[in-house]
Amino acid sequence: MKVLVDFSKCTGLGICESLAPDFFEVNDDGDLVLLKDDITDDELQSIEEAVAGCPTEALRIQV
Amino acid sequence: MTHLVVVGASLAGLRAVEAARKAGHDGPITLIGAEEHLPYDRPPLSKEFLAVTDDGSEPQRPFFREHSHLTDELGVELVLGAPATGLDPLARVVHVGDRAISYDALVIATGADARGIPGSETLAGVHVVRSLDDSVAVRAALDAGARTVVIGAGFIGSEVASSAKKWGVDVTIVEALATPLVRATGSEMGHAIASLHARNGTTLLCGNGVAAIEGTTAVERVVLDDGTVLPADLVIVGIGVTPNVGWLAGSGLVIDNGIVCDEHLFTGVPGVYAAGDVANWFNPALGRRQRMENWTAAAEQGAAAARNALDPGNAKSYGTVPYFWSDWYDVRIQFVGAPEADEVRLVEGDPESEATGRWVALYREGDRLIGALTVNGQSEIMKYRVMIARGVTWDEALEHAVRRADLHAAKLAGAPA
Ligand SMILES: Cc1cc2nc3c(=O)[nH]c(=O)nc-3n(C[C@H](O)[C@H](O)[C@H](O)COP(=O)(O)OP(=O)(O)OC[C@H]3O[C@@H](n4cnc5c(N)ncnc54)[C@H](O)[C@@H]3O)c2cc1C
Ligand code: SF4
Repeated sequence: MKVLVDFSKCTGLGICESLAPDFFEVNDDGDLVLLKDDITDDELQSIEEAVAGCPTEALRIQV
Repeated sequence: MTHLVVVGASLAGLRAVEAARKAGHDGPITLIGAEEHLPYDRPPLSKEFLAVTDDGSEPQRPFFREHSHLTDELGVELVLGAPATGLDPLARVVHVGDRAISYDALVIATGADARGIPGSETLAGVHVVRSLDDSVAVRAALDAGARTVVIGAGFIGSEVASSAKKWGVDVTIVEALATPLVRATGSEMGHAIASLHARNGTTLLCGNGVAAIEGTTAVERVVLDDGTVLPADLVIVGIGVTPNVGWLAGSGLVIDNGIVCDEHLFTGVPGVYAAGDVANWFNPALGRRQRMENWTAAAEQGAAAARNALDPGNAKSYGTVPYFWSDWYDVRIQFVGAPEADEVRLVEGDPESEATGRWVALYREGDRLIGALTVNGQSEIMKYRVMIARGVTWDEALEHAVRRADLHAAKLAGAPA
């Protein structure tokens, strides 16, 4: 499984970073950096929370 | 089959419906909404939707989902343009005018409405900004070059003022308190953030109440307590919101600054849960009762309330470190945690200096970090959200802040990080 970011929607609000900091980090310019994208079973719940928590609906999980 | 009824067709209500289906609920779902509109997103109403566009056309209206997606894919019966008028928890019935809709599980997500100023509602040109219709009307007035007065320097008023400024119209903000945003951010940071208005050429008058909003059919002027007269074609009232609980009178639900519920978003009345701006719940993450007025909590609570309502035996508590953002001019303000603190300390940046740069302030309760505020600190804020959730000490938070500030300074100086 992979997490995908639609950068045309993301505005760098960073909710995802607080829920899954191993995957997401917002940089000094306010842009989201994807640190890795492969999701293990253990990580799935935090990624699902990030998908649900993103206010711009920019995140998606690809099975 | 269990019938899930959701009252309030906005963010929390939509997320309740979606979470129910995701959790495998295959019984009927009814979504009742007072507005004619399908669920839409509110944060853009004071931001992107009021922006000046290249061709002068209205930006896309921020609806979340298509009608067919809700009815066909999610199998939701929509009852829109029809406010719920009563709740009978013994009979397990929601009244919508003459119609009685029975439920097995109920999620109440009726949100909040913006407070108006009594007596001014009938004057054309006086608006709150809560609904899509409000924002459409405000946009049209700005397009017509309205001289604008914003009453209330809170987040919504400030956002509307900064959007209005971009239309090149005259904008004045009037605030009754000496310092704006004290309740949301504390007085020191409230003062600092408010300075963004002057930096961007918007007049902010503090410590001066509104005596009258005058005009014959349309608004013509706003008169302040000290006699100042502000000519106006558009008046935005941004003085806070009130939870929509009027329809619950006589229902037996406990109402106190919203619907009182526990950490499971359970109201104590069998089958009835609450979510979003209307819910006053016990937040286990911070150990206190809170009623949120932010996007993140509404989205998450909507989903959590529906899951718990459908499977009360396995109910999970919902806790969160609250988060909100606000965009003014070209600055992003972000806050995590709680603003009621024993101490607020600015750990990076200088609100007195000319350049806005990055500001970071931390909030202490006892020896624990309880909140953080950043201005242009997108790279910083979520690290504090994680720390607050972990319950880090004040000293740990300060050490982290020093490290980050040094790193940032080094970067700005062009030195290798
Ligand atoms: C202009 C604006 C800008 C914002 N900006 C931000 C931001 O930048 N960041 C942030 O975090 N948050 C922001 N918010 C707050 C955020 O939008 C709200 O917290 C969120 O909308 C709450 O969702 P809700 O579903 O609980 O309630 P609401 O969105 O208030 O929806 C409640 C719905 O219930 C309906 N209703 C009311 N009574 C009844 C009834 N009796 N029967 C049926 N339906 C009823 C209402 O008509 C409404 O459609 C903003 C809000 C506004 C208005
Ligand atoms: S939560 Fe969404 S908008 Fe925010 S940074 Fe993550 S992907 Fe971008």
